[in-house]
Amino acid sequence: MNKIWAIVKKDIITELRTKELFTSMLLFALLIIVVFNFAFGFSVEILSVAAPAMLWIAFTFSGILGLSRSFALEKEGNAIIGMLLTPTDRSLIYAGKMISNTIFVFIVGILTVLMFILFFNYSFLATLLPLIPIMLLGTIGFVSVGTLFSAMAINTKLREVLLPILLFPIIIPVIVSAVKLSGEVLDGNSVFAASSSLKLLASFDIIFVTACAVTFEYVIDES
Amino acid sequence: MIRRILFILTFVGIIASIYAAFIYAPTEPQMGHIQRIFYFHMGTVWVATVAFIIVFIASIMYLWKGTRKWDILAYCSAELGVLFLTLTIITGSVWAKPIWGTWWTWDPQLTTTFILWILYIVYLVLRSSAGNDTKKAKYAAVFAIIAFIDLPLVYLSVRVMRGISPVVFGPGGGGITPEMMNALLINMASCSFLFILLLLERIDLERMKDTIARLKLSEN
Repeated sequence: MNKIWAIVKKDIITELRTKELFTSMLLFALLIIVVFNFAFGFSVEILSVAAPAMLWIAFTFSGILGLSRSFALEKEGNAIIGMLLTPTDRSLIYAGKMISNTIFVFIVGILTVLMFILFFNYSFLATLLPLIPIMLLGTIGFVSVGTLFSAMAINTKLREVLLPILLFPIIIPVIVSAVKLSGEVLDGNSVFAASSSLKLLASFDIIFVTACAVTFEYVIDES
Repeated sequence: MIRRILFILTFVGIIASIYAAFIYAPTEPQMGHIQRIFYFHMGTVWVATVAFIIVFIASIMYLWKGTRKWDILAYCSAELGVLFLTLTIITGSVWAKPIWGTWWTWDPQLTTTFILWILYIVYLVLRSSAGNDTKKAKYAAVFAIIAFIDLPLVYLSVRVMRGISPVVFGPGGGGITPEMMNALLINMASCSFLFILLLLERIDLERMKDTIARLKLSEN
């Protein structure tokens, strides 16, 4: 547990000192919302239907930015070798990286929701509170596979370009169920109106956190 | 010897399936002749399914044992799976245009098939960009395992998205006569022979590549 925490702490300190990742992710999410607004011609009817989709597109696209930097940072100055040389289980390194990625992506996600509420005039508490658990579950699903693939993509010829290609087809269940759930919330219904989506999202998280932790050691071995 | 027998079986099988599909099987009363494409459709989709299951098992075996032969098997099988699935999608679309009036609908089965197709194309892209051999093999194996586990969830999620939609299975849901069933089985069998033959040839090709690479190394 201490070992996981050490990695998380290191990532958070790096981020707090540079703030580069955070700013770019947040700006990107903001820009996506703005671009969507132009694309939909500011029409209120379309926006109310498209809102959950916009939210999750902004979330996943900015999340990809963060994930692709996650291992690129380790690669610079070969910090990854130092990490691999420490006598720990590889799955602990995965857990550490995953938790720190989850924290970054989740915070950006929540801030995106806040911008959303601000721009599109949703009620503050009734929207934000139920969206927090959905955001968290969605982030875990997205980041669990994302961390694994980010470690993989960084060692290929295509590098960061490969990450979205690998990641998007896999996380379709996450996006589908999260969009469905946030749609219910934004329409003012209870989250449990779409309980099958909730179950799907939760089972995706459980399955893929386990599967990725197990397979991580093959990806990171001798990069 | 085995290869030759397999070749003859495939050759005879393909001719038999063409005969079975176009002449032997009765015309389906509601859909007419277009239904005959279903025999090829089912044959290819069956082979694609088998191919992807082989990729999954071979990938697990590769991560476990680490021997090159499992990686070759997974790679060759994935390539053929993509080929046969492409044929499935094309024949399916050709059938759907006159029957459903559209080339494509986003019903759960079709959507899942489409994502399956994308996933294994991504698998091939990953392989081609992954640099050296062991890294390529490991990454590909990990991706194949993750992708395979993902598929049931994709299917469920698309069902959730669309509500529950009718599952179209078999020739239009209509009654299957024994002749149709025979034609279907002949097609599935000959497609399987074709697949095994192509797979063996493809594996040979990959082995030859290895040999050439080794010879080049020893030359230097």
